[in-house]
Amino acid sequence: MLRYLIRRVLYAVPILVGVSLITFILFYGVVPPRQIARRNLSAKNPTPEQIQDWLVAHGYDKPMPEQFKKHMTELFLLRFGRSDSTGEDIAARIRAGAGPSFLIASLIFASALVTQLFMALWAAYFRGTYVDAWITFLCVVSMSVVFIVFVIVGQYLLGNLMRFFPLAGYQSGLSAFRFAFLPAVVGVAAGLGSGTRLYRTFLLEEVNQDYVRTARAKGVPEARILFRHVLKNAAIPIITSTVLAIPSLMLGSLVLESFFGIPGLGSYTYDAINSQDFAVVRAMVFLGTLLYIAGTILTDVCYALADPRIRLE
Amino acid sequence: MLSGWLLNIIPLAIVAALVTAVRRASRKPLWAEAIRRLKGNRVALIALAVIGLYGTVAFCDSIAWRDDRNAPLLSLVDRVFGRPQESTYSAPLAIRTFGEPMPRPLLGKHWLGTDGTGQDVVYMTLKGCRTAMIIGGFTLLIATPLALFFGMLAGYHGKTVDDAIQYTYTVLDSIPNILLLVALLMVLGRGLPQLCVALGITSWVSLCRLARGETLKHRGREYVRAARALGVSHSRIMMRHILPNLLPVVVIATTLSFSGLVLSEAILSYLQLGVAAGTGSWGNMIDASRLELARQPVIWWNLAAASTALFVLVLAFNVFGDALRDAIDPRLRS
Repeated sequence: MLRYLIRRVLYAVPILVGVSLITFILFYGVVPPRQIARRNLSAKNPTPEQIQDWLVAHGYDKPMPEQFKKHMTELFLLRFGRSDSTGEDIAARIRAGAGPSFLIASLIFASALVTQLFMALWAAYFRGTYVDAWITFLCVVSMSVVFIVFVIVGQYLLGNLMRFFPLAGYQSGLSAFRFAFLPAVVGVAAGLGSGTRLYRTFLLEEVNQDYVRTARAKGVPEARILFRHVLKNAAIPIITSTVLAIPSLMLGSLVLESFFGIPGLGSYTYDAINSQDFAVVRAMVFLGTLLYIAGTILTDVCYALADPRIRLE
Repeated sequence: MLSGWLLNIIPLAIVAALVTAVRRASRKPLWAEAIRRLKGNRVALIALAVIGLYGTVAFCDSIAWRDDRNAPLLSLVDRVFGRPQESTYSAPLAIRTFGEPMPRPLLGKHWLGTDGTGQDVVYMTLKGCRTAMIIGGFTLLIATPLALFFGMLAGYHGKTVDDAIQYTYTVLDSIPNILLLVALLMVLGRGLPQLCVALGITSWVSLCRLARGETLKHRGREYVRAARALGVSHSRIMMRHILPNLLPVVVIATTLSFSGLVLSEAILSYLQLGVAAGTGSWGNMIDASRLELARQPVIWWNLAAASTALFVLVLAFNVFGDALRDAIDPRLRS
């Protein structure tokens, strides 16, 4: 296991080199630092001196090869430097925002997985009947609604009409859950359709297997077959598809956090987009990739835990 | 700037290309069979009709001409649905403006009211059709050839070529899509072409992986080996022998990804990275109506019109894509 993990981490290195190469090309090649300076300086027509001062202040004044070396080494040491627009330490902001983001993302991830699986099992239990047909149809319908509309309408319906949970904002500590509730409900509702449909397909693939027929023949109740026999065997594709949830969690944090005013990584990125803060976006792209790769490695470990036939060597 | 008549040729050419493609395909047995199956599926036909309707609106919005040299360039949609601009919000079918202490009489009749800048909502919603169609269509026009070229190259040649192409798309794929889009659009700037390019860069990867896998499958088949034995060149094998066999899978994948592209436009508009504010788009309308539900009394018509228009198009593409998959490849039927 350990050897496998080390190998997977080593495999990730060339990928990360590629990612930081892409960010370098984008943020230094396609948009040269002088242009970044011009976009960030508030003056309409900044003088060359002003631009030069800005470049020196933000460490963009060195020749390209040196910039490249700095870019690559700093990313790998997770030293993200300072924000282009405010001059704040990016790493400090990331540490501060990680808590709220993690709370919301993990809340959404866990409750989404449970509700989607439950709905999928329900559809699979009633397969071929009108219940199944309706669930599948509703899945396609909810997949066709934009995430933003879920957020806007969800906040309106749940917050304004029920007046139970705060509309927006955040407090740390235990009351954080109160503020995380609304975004979490919206996030789960938005992902329900696609997840249910996918898991239903996985479950239905297992339903026609021989072991299910055997279980039915020896008189195991249908619900028990689904929950005990089928669910366990469908675990591998389900685990695979949870990796797909990671990017959508990031999208969720980007939109939900900024909409509900939660001071996490998502709203930090959102603010960075609006203030043309290239240094922050660069850091977020790298951090997001790191998290995603970590997620894929974690899934592979979960394979081995779920299925003893899979050996990680 | 392109002159008026030249701009009108582009939509005509696109429609002509689509019609010839479908007509030529219907002569091939595989596609004729698929079309026959589709014709038996009433829901799919309704979905196709809805897509056709949106396409027609987009087409009519693309045909534009000037009345005289100094007049603004007006499309068919502008001419039919254009309404005088009011000063501010007005409710559907209202005769006075909305939410002002002294409501003023309106200049015209607005079926779905007007938005904050006084634009007719029906007109703005119709303008969004063209933007959505361009985003879906042009992005796929960028992504599909790119994906097919590199996917087939990787699958057919293997070895170093395969490794290089796989490495490239693995790197791109390991950046979460939304973050890559944000980075690309911040660098490229706001605008319709930039949006298509950025979405193209993020969406070619999955298609490329698919094309590579399919090519690998076909490379070992007898017909390819026979062609090789007859001395057919590599490029000809790829273009004339393997490509037609990839097309069914590619058509299914592109149809199903169309709706995702239209949806991402709305999300990117929320992040202020969508098309420019002047271009009518559903994403911009939804973004503008973000705070309207919080007002008293509620302003719902902007959000409702834009999100319904978007919803119906995406639903139609989802339904049609599923039906197309079932029709082309019955083995995949769920």
